Amino acid sequence: MTSVLYDTPGPRAKARNIVYTVVFLAALIAVGWWAIAVMADKGQLDAAKWKPFVSDSRVWTTYLLPALGNTLKAAALALVLALPLGAVFGVARLSDHRWVRGPAAAVVEFFRAIPVLILMLFSNEFYATFTDISSDVRPLYAVVTGLVLYNASVLAEVVRAGILSLPKGQTEAAQAIGLRKGQTMTNILLPQAVTAMLPAIVSQLVVIVKDTALGGAMVGYAELLRSVRTMSGFYANIIPSFIVVAVMYVVLNFLLTSFAAWLGGRVQRGRRSSGKVLTAEQLEELESVGPEPVTDGKSDG
Amino acid sequence: MFDFLEGYDLLGAFWVTVQLTVYSAVGSLIWGTLLAGMRVSPVPLMRGFGSAYVNVVRNIPLTIIILFTAMGLADTFGVTMGAADDVKTRVFRLAVLGLVAYHAAFVCEALRSGINTVPVGQAEAARSLGLRFTQVLTLVILPQAFRSVVGPMANVLIALTKNTTVAAVIGVSEAALLMSEMIENEAELLLISAIFAFGFVCLTLPTGLILGWVSKRVAVKR
Repeated sequence: MTSVLYDTPGPRAKARNIVYTVVFLAALIAVGWWAIAVMADKGQLDAAKWKPFVSDSRVWTTYLLPALGNTLKAAALALVLALPLGAVFGVARLSDHRWVRGPAAAVVEFFRAIPVLILMLFSNEFYATFTDISSDVRPLYAVVTGLVLYNASVLAEVVRAGILSLPKGQTEAAQAIGLRKGQTMTNILLPQAVTAMLPAIVSQLVVIVKDTALGGAMVGYAELLRSVRTMSGFYANIIPSFIVVAVMYVVLNFLLTSFAAWLGGRVQRGRRSSGKVLTAEQLEELESVGPEPVTDGKSDG
Repeated sequence: MFDFLEGYDLLGAFWVTVQLTVYSAVGSLIWGTLLAGMRVSPVPLMRGFGSAYVNVVRNIPLTIIILFTAMGLADTFGVTMGAADDVKTRVFRLAVLGLVAYHAAFVCEALRSGINTVPVGQAEAARSLGLRFTQVLTLVILPQAFRSVVGPMANVLIALTKNTTVAAVIGVSEAALLMSEMIENEAELLLISAIFAFGFVCLTLPTGLILGWVSKRVAVKR
């Protein structure tokens, strides 16, 4: 299948495309060659720097795997805590009462407008000053608190978008059979919205996993990125460590992304919900800050 | 009440944040557009490179990229961005480089979805006039695509503004680094945090509002 943007290449276009390919390949090879030359020059390609990853099991048992475990722990805790909080705020923003809707909107917009790093730094210092949480677990608390505050507000928007994406008939039918507002929400709307939201929630997990790295760099949480520093300090293999850890992140997040896509397809096929399936793209649209939420164009109605 | 602010260059730090944002935004717009062009181009190798770049970069934490620019690019590869002796300028430029590399992937994806919103007939009409791929893209498709992606681009810009704080990990003296210094040394934790939070709300909220308004104005009516 060819793109609609260009004609099926004829003989001249084919020749031209080959020229472009060769030039582009040459440029890529030049950059790659330079990188490899420098790395070889600095001794980063020496077998000794790469060998620990296959021959020395301590690399995995003392550095990488515990660090990966910490990354996953922080991400999982953050998601588990952020989900109910996000659901509460998402539903609160849809409340009929202005005094519930207003403050909920203010809180959500406030935390979405602030960098996660600021939230982490604040929680770290907050726990240090006002609580007696021991300093071993304080980084974890700080990272999880920062992530929860931010992601709960993002998930609140996801929940709201999920509920708004349901057809109006659902609410009307619930009212017609005499359900109260709370019952309509918990029995009719939320269960359907949750299935529609599942892929978006898994995609948000990718964002959370990536943000845990901030905790390693600024709050001192012993997660995957921090293991680069400790490990390269021990084996003097900074570039190999960076590459291995980056590959681990890519594989982990790629698995999550694929899972989200698979889930999206499954939910769509299953048709358990009358709502639309929220995809990662729509989730990115939700990243906006402003009074007017982007909810698939349905908020205007 | 605000005595503790003395000795700290609050506005200076936020000015660095703004500079980081502006330079990185321009850079990622250019690099992201090039990537989007590659991803829809007739040359398979460029398409492959574009999608590989986007998929890898989007799945790596920004922190690792920024840290790599300092510990990998600068220290090992000797890329000093023309400021070998001036540490302050060097880390600033390296941070911009990292931010551009990361956010270009998101710009590319936003733009690509914008290209998909342009009706097929537009490209077909352009081709039937005899325009080449580059002409179709730059004269017909991209101008319309850009107008339809102002909203998503605004989201990337807001995320970029917030992500400039990550530059603190390599010691760029922007808002988050100043905040971590201040809450370390001063007692007024809540007040300091409120000031910095307010600063970021001031930066991101108007961006969202203004670009939201712009996106409604320029959207192609179909």
